[in-house]
Amino acid sequence: MSALGRVVRAGLGRRRVQAVVIGLAAMMAVTASVLGGSLLVASSAPFDTSFEEQRGAHVIARYSADAGPPEAAAPPEVTASAGPFPTATATPDAGAGVDRAPLVIAGRADPGGPVDAVAVTAGRWVAGPGEVVLATDGPGGERLLGREVRFAELDTALTVVGVARSVGRTAEAWVLPAVLAEPEGYQVLYRLAAADTAERVDAATAAIGAAGGGFTGARSWLVVRHEAVRETAVFVPFLAAFGVLGLVMSVLVVGNAVAGAVASGTRRIGVLKALGSTPAQVVWAYLAQALVPASAGTALGVGAGYLLAVPVLADAGEVFGTTARPVDPLVGVVVVAGALGVVAVTGLAAAWRAGRLRTADALAVGRTPRPGRGRRAGRLFARLPLPRPVGLGLARPFARPARALALVAAVVFGTAAVTFAVGLGATLAEVQSARQPDAADVAIGGGGPGGLAAPPTAAPQPGGQPPPVRRVDAGAVAAAVDAQPGTAGHYGVSRAKTSVPGVPGTVVGLGFSGDTSSSSYRLISGTWFHGPGEAVVPAPLLSATGTRVGDTITVEDRGRPVALRIVGEVFDTRNDGLQVLTDAASFPGLPPTSYHVTVRPGTDLDAYLAGLNAALGPLGSEARPGRSSGFSDMLFLIGGLTAILTLMLVVVAGLGVLNAVVLDTRERVRELGVHKALGMTPRQTMTAVVCSIVPPGVVGGAVGVPVGVALHGVIVPAMGDSAGTRLPAAAYAVFSPAALALFVVGGLLIAVLGALLPAGWAARTRTANALRAE
Amino acid sequence: MTTPVIELRDVSRRYDGGPPALHGASLTVRPGEAVAVLGPSGSGKSTLLNLIAGLDRPDGGTVTVDGVRVDRLGEAAAARYRRARIGMVFQFFNLLDDLTVADNVALPAQLAGTSRAQARRRSAELLAALGVDRHAESYPGRLSGGERQRVAVARALVNRPALLLADEPTGALDSASGEEVSALLAGLNAEGQTLVVVTHDLELAKSCTNRTIRIVDGHVTEEDAR
Repeated sequence: MSALGRVVRAGLGRRRVQAVVIGLAAMMAVTASVLGGSLLVASSAPFDTSFEEQRGAHVIARYSADAGPPEAAAPPEVTASAGPFPTATATPDAGAGVDRAPLVIAGRADPGGPVDAVAVTAGRWVAGPGEVVLATDGPGGERLLGREVRFAELDTALTVVGVARSVGRTAEAWVLPAVLAEPEGYQVLYRLAAADTAERVDAATAAIGAAGGGFTGARSWLVVRHEAVRETAVFVPFLAAFGVLGLVMSVLVVGNAVAGAVASGTRRIGVLKALGSTPAQVVWAYLAQALVPASAGTALGVGAGYLLAVPVLADAGEVFGTTARPVDPLVGVVVVAGALGVVAVTGLAAAWRAGRLRTADALAVGRTPRPGRGRRAGRLFARLPLPRPVGLGLARPFARPARALALVAAVVFGTAAVTFAVGLGATLAEVQSARQPDAADVAIGGGGPGGLAAPPTAAPQPGGQPPPVRRVDAGAVAAAVDAQPGTAGHYGVSRAKTSVPGVPGTVVGLGFSGDTSSSSYRLISGTWFHGPGEAVVPAPLLSATGTRVGDTITVEDRGRPVALRIVGEVFDTRNDGLQVLTDAASFPGLPPTSYHVTVRPGTDLDAYLAGLNAALGPLGSEARPGRSSGFSDMLFLIGGLTAILTLMLVVVAGLGVLNAVVLDTRERVRELGVHKALGMTPRQTMTAVVCSIVPPGVVGGAVGVPVGVALHGVIVPAMGDSAGTRLPAAAYAVFSPAALALFVVGGLLIAVLGALLPAGWAARTRTANALRAE
Repeated sequence: MTTPVIELRDVSRRYDGGPPALHGASLTVRPGEAVAVLGPSGSGKSTLLNLIAGLDRPDGGTVTVDGVRVDRLGEAAAARYRRARIGMVFQFFNLLDDLTVADNVALPAQLAGTSRAQARRRSAELLAALGVDRHAESYPGRLSGGERQRVAVARALVNRPALLLADEPTGALDSASGEEVSALLAGLNAEGQTLVVVTHDLELAKSCTNRTIRIVDGHVTEEDAR
């Protein structure tokens, strides 16, 4: 081994803790960067990538069943087609807790083919007439695997044998074609040579329609793409914020660790130079001492990042509605190059400075005390009525202000990350609550065609006709709810398909009756409506109609114009935000299709439901639990990612503190030895070391909390913008003074945790050894 | 016969598998004695001092100081033992540069739980007694070597120790300062302070102690009483 190699090896052996800190900091930084980078890549165009992989359908053409199965059209724009597949609409009944919205069912013997390769994510494809495969984004999902679901309109019960994903969302369930012997219609799936603009897709659709065959309409892939991209766009500012935080903190901690390692070896550099080493040899020796542990940490970090990214990307695929993506190797290459580059640049700068020091000066460093710094603070703390080890510790940062600043910076980033993450979690909880505004203890009815009627479970009528939809007396239902012991309050919602001039498609009119104070509708501005003629609307409708709060819009309800003054903007993402929420009296003659009931605290919900259903049964209606469990997949994923990334940032911050305190205690080892020789116990030594990080911890926490709050204030609106909506005020006002105070304490906690290890080391050091240390 | 302040019995200490720093060393020091420990570099003098001070533990034998079995003490108990019974003076003073002279002297008392006011009073008394009270609010870096060592002696005495240990107390001083410190130690012993001084300096040994032991290669080979 060369002399330089021996110097490097001896240096690493002598400063094992610092080498470990550099390695760990590099590992954490690289792990976080690989994870964040992979997610950014996966989030950049998840739908487009998956659409190409699964040969998604650019046009889903619908045909009438009257003329029998159509032949696929073959205009020049079409490059491939699949079908015809028979289709029908049917409502599943899988028992309590499962939505009973009608599903579009397609008859397909094979999930593959030239267009729309459906990916089976659980179970298998249908093999017999009594089987059904449900779409992953449909009701129930994997929970229903193996269960029997009754479809009244099909006069059959089907066993769920698989769950599958069609990237173009061509259907919500699949059966063998034979099951749909009398289909409502057919679908043919087309891929086009050019489908990047609405004009091209429209032109191709027109050509397909012109070919005839009972063509009744088509849906463009751009519609599905628009929905998917809008849902996933919310991730970009979120990940970017964490990415930037992680990157800055990693540079700070790794850079500081490397610079500290070189600076603390200055005297050794002097010895090497006195023995004849050239400045260049010294620089290379110290650069190598930083690069060796950093390389090991980087290698481990890439491995850990890839391992962690696999399940996270699988979750991301679930959220994006795509298949799981592999980790992009380019991410690893870029991150490794970046991490080692940071280490090399920081180490080179510090080593270069040390290498250029005059030998005599380098030898003097570490021996000559640096008088003057922190003495005022030392006097002040000596006079305070504090135990002496506490005063000694508190005064310490003032003696080494540069190192204290590095500590403050590490704590600032850690605290900011925690504050931001907790705030984001609270915001997402608010958003989640607002996304399910009608979630209540108990729900009766829903938005389906049956309204308040219990779902059809009876056998079809002779001749294959579905059972007739029963009319339910809404007033009797409301009276039954009122009469049920345990009812705290309820409100009803009637639904109207309305139109608004200038807005394409249907605008859903929601008419509310009863006490809506228990609902979770969140206002962004203005007030809730106070009676007929007033309405609140979501931002997309304001945007589509070019109106503002205070304006009046005219809604056409069953051919009758209804003028509604907009008194508030509400957060509501359902139906793409094209909804009008008003008093039920604004839509006269329209009975409620659902009731949402709040029960008194302490009420046994199961007993309440049983009692209420006994009363509703004779009325032809049914009550069920009104809340779906927990967060939606996307919010759950954001919560999980937030937790993982925050934990990593906190660990990196803790490593930054650890490194700074290790450097400090190593430097002060002789001083600590003197303290111990004078009678300082191990506990007092530990107290002094831990107290030395209290001032930077408190300052870092006090600065980090407002930084985190500010970051939250910037990122949350950006997430809302990406999702195409403004968020309710409650989504921003998530920080209480008590929580903010706790976050400051959290900053201190990060600092204390980071200091415990070196404090323990200082406490355990044998006094005689410490006194002998140079 | 008075009870010994220091009683070492058959004490051995070896570092990292090397030759023994101390081998079967035995020593008894009675109250009021002033003992000089002489020997060449590496002979085991500092090891002996460290064992008596509870800064290190022997591999074998017993170390009893002022009735305390020092060889059995853990780190925390050893710290409490030192601050209650031992005062230490080092060759390079080991004053804390960030503390004033008065705070340096008061520190061991405060670590022992004495209130700041009481510790400062005791510090002032000692600094006055040793003639360095005019530097009470100065920092050690502004003092001469002799003055620093006087401050170090004051710090060693602040808790009224049963035993004062001095490791080459004049080793870093010019001859005039060395003589001052030597006289100071002799004066303390004359007032009844038990003293153990590790030194190379025969003159120091003669001037401030009344008994000399020699250590060669880890063995206590000679003992003279004057």
